[in-house]
Amino acid sequence: MVKNTLLKERKAGTLLVSISAVIAGILAGCVLLLAIGKNPFDAITLIAQGALSDPRRIGNTIAVSTQLILVGLSVAFAYKSGLFNIGGSGQMLVGGCVASVWAYYGQGIPRPLYLVIIIVTGALAGALWGFISGLLKAKFNVHEVVSSIMLNWTALWLIYEIIPAFIVDPSVPSKSAAVPAAQSLRTTVLSQFFPRSYINWGIVIAIVAVAVIAFILNKTTLGYQLKAVGSNKYCAEYAGIKVERNIIITMTIAGALAGLAGVTYYCGYSNVIYRNQMPNEGFDGVAVALLGNCNPIGVFFAALFFSILKAGKGSLGAGADIPPELSDTVIAVIIYFTATAVLFRNLWNGLFHKLYEKKIAKSNVKSADTSVQGGM
Amino acid sequence: MSDYVIEMIGIRKEFPGIVANDDITLQVREGEIHAILGENGAGKSTLMSILFGLYHADRGIIKVRGKEVRINSPNDANDLGIGMVHQHFQLVHNYTVTENIILGKEGGFLLDTKSGSRRIKELSEKYGLNIDPDMVIENITVGMQQRVEILKMLYRDADILIFDEPTAVLTPQEIDELMDIMRSLAKEGKSIIIITHKLEEIKAVAQRCTVIRRGKLVGVVDVASTSVNDMAAMMVGRQVNFKVEKKEAEPGETVLAIKNLNVLNNKKVLGVKDFSLDVHAGEIVGIAGVDGNGQSELVEAITGLRAIQSGSVSICGRDITRMSIKERNESGIGHIPEDRQKRGLILSQPLYNNFIIKDFDKEPFSRRGLLNRKSIREYSQKIIDQYDVRSGEGVNSLAGKLSGGNQQKAIIGREITENPKLLIAVQPTRGLDVGAIEFIHKELVKHRDKGNAVLLVSFELDEIFNLSDRIAVINSGRLIDIVNTRDTDEYAVGLMMAGIKSEKESG
Repeated sequence: MVKNTLLKERKAGTLLVSISAVIAGILAGCVLLLAIGKNPFDAITLIAQGALSDPRRIGNTIAVSTQLILVGLSVAFAYKSGLFNIGGSGQMLVGGCVASVWAYYGQGIPRPLYLVIIIVTGALAGALWGFISGLLKAKFNVHEVVSSIMLNWTALWLIYEIIPAFIVDPSVPSKSAAVPAAQSLRTTVLSQFFPRSYINWGIVIAIVAVAVIAFILNKTTLGYQLKAVGSNKYCAEYAGIKVERNIIITMTIAGALAGLAGVTYYCGYSNVIYRNQMPNEGFDGVAVALLGNCNPIGVFFAALFFSILKAGKGSLGAGADIPPELSDTVIAVIIYFTATAVLFRNLWNGLFHKLYEKKIAKSNVKSADTSVQGGM
Repeated sequence: MSDYVIEMIGIRKEFPGIVANDDITLQVREGEIHAILGENGAGKSTLMSILFGLYHADRGIIKVRGKEVRINSPNDANDLGIGMVHQHFQLVHNYTVTENIILGKEGGFLLDTKSGSRRIKELSEKYGLNIDPDMVIENITVGMQQRVEILKMLYRDADILIFDEPTAVLTPQEIDELMDIMRSLAKEGKSIIIITHKLEEIKAVAQRCTVIRRGKLVGVVDVASTSVNDMAAMMVGRQVNFKVEKKEAEPGETVLAIKNLNVLNNKKVLGVKDFSLDVHAGEIVGIAGVDGNGQSELVEAITGLRAIQSGSVSICGRDITRMSIKERNESGIGHIPEDRQKRGLILSQPLYNNFIIKDFDKEPFSRRGLLNRKSIREYSQKIIDQYDVRSGEGVNSLAGKLSGGNQQKAIIGREITENPKLLIAVQPTRGLDVGAIEFIHKELVKHRDKGNAVLLVSFELDEIFNLSDRIAVINSGRLIDIVNTRDTDEYAVGLMMAGIKSEKESG
């Protein structure tokens, strides 16, 4: 009878959950395509071709993934400390704007120094935005979701005024002057492998950021404190960890990461800021973080996956004559499924539990045959 | 054919990795009060959950009034006349007593509270429950809420009543009242099953007792002819010492000095009023009082979790009134918190992260901001071994996966290993079984004997008398008196807990 206790019930791992969410999302997208009479296999092929079929496209996909990695990392990092940073867009805007101002006025600065300056000041600007949310949460218990959404709009309207005042494109007053390649993060070191693509130093920044954040979370006392506050702030407080200080630090670092995303986006990828346009990446970052289970490495791969979809959708419209609205819908369906990854966890665990019970029942029948009923 | 109203025969129930019930048989006679005794995790609640239709037995049969039945849900149980009072009450707080009781049995479209309320009143009078059907739940005491739960069962015509650890949340007087109610219910022909690990209660109220240990039936005893010690031995599997053996205290220098302390409670009124108390090295001072008389506020003010309005607190002569929590911890305070799952542990993290939560930033656990996993693990392993913390995966086990007793041992191990000059233990044995209680009491006395001060807060007078060298009685935030344990008795302390200072001492 004791042998039953040796059976172990399997639990769904995070990788299994994430991958099944992706597959379910793709399947749902396929159903949608079938419903309008398109061949889903063609669509998948087109997306893959659009994102990965030649070096230029691969370079562009990597460039798209850059800001997704950084914003996803920002959301994931805040989430580890129990905070929800939905202010990635505003933090990106201020980071990108500061870098763009340097690009406009800092022509004479030697390039290595110039790059360090835009990266550092862009990160600092994002950090300031995150810091404000953190401060409001810590001191006045203003929920970070509320404050960071409001700060998104603060950033948007601030930049609405900054563009015409300082960095306007003289011919098109609704956007900033394009950052010349020499002033951006673009580099021949990378673009020689991916000619004519938008690839830039940003991807290196993003990879370094993944490594640094993974290190902070797993190996440092700072990461230990942040996770303690995130998992149980009452216990952290009891143990003498300064909960408020950690909330501020977390939001500041999260803001810095999103600020970096802004630098890579506006001074490497698109190179212009439009007045009155909120970057979507701030919100896509939430889906990236969820799909990556808020783990830095997971975020990296989740961002790559999303950027393939994003970069490939153009050829979907062109090649299969699918309206662009529908290709966005397909992406949204996949994002929806990944965001509800918890459903898949429950699904798998339920399945494992059933299998487990069946095994128990089977071995019970066997042992019932052999054991003698011991009454009272 | 049989005079048993309930028979559960050969019940087996398995959970992942554990056999909760292994061939257990329970037979309850009509009109008796039958106790199920066992340590935490012995399988009592599982067995009752099977009877109440919350779980399914893997094997075994259930007979109600001689007829074999299948109970698939609590509704099936209700239909068979089985009712249960859960440990955590299931009441809607802003509803009246009547509304709560008729919930789910309202009948037609229009709510008829009148006839329900009349019937509740009758039932309440018949069994001496003393409940006003029109009171709102959030305005009545915990003891009364429990009686509402009892009324709920009676209203649904249940005649087999299950009580799951009913006294855990009650004051001593409320416990007495509950015992009276149970007796009168039994006299009216109701059959009662009471799940507990408190032996005095079984002795006071039950006729027979089924003892379970580690999922297995140990035996069924006649309560009147079995001593408390024998039942305890059956439950734990060895002889248990109820009396804590300790030497006479040798009080030394003052460790904790509280002077004229005033502290606000959550309602922003004074929860601790002009409170002064000294605790010396080498003594245990027990704070006796009914729950909610300022004990939590007092402890939080000492440990820094709550702001101090006025007055001062010092440790070994150092004023800590304005210090941060961390500085207080470092100046020699250890704290076993009242709510072990909320404050004491991070349930979602492994044990090794829980053991270093106060020291993660000190050597050898970290250097220059980098954690040293190896020394953290070694340290954690040491605590686990020394305090016999049992868990599935050793130091890697998530704190939330441990049983309550082992969670508490983990906290006590963590706090005592720090060797604090002042150890504050709040309700250190709440909800634990006798084996764990014995262990924890010994550790507290051992800590005292090493020359440290221990401040014990407990709502259990037994525990206060067992451990304390001196007893400080608190009532609505005021210190009523401090007495030497050997010069007083439970009656005198009980009066003081009600706010009455004894004539002799004040005169």
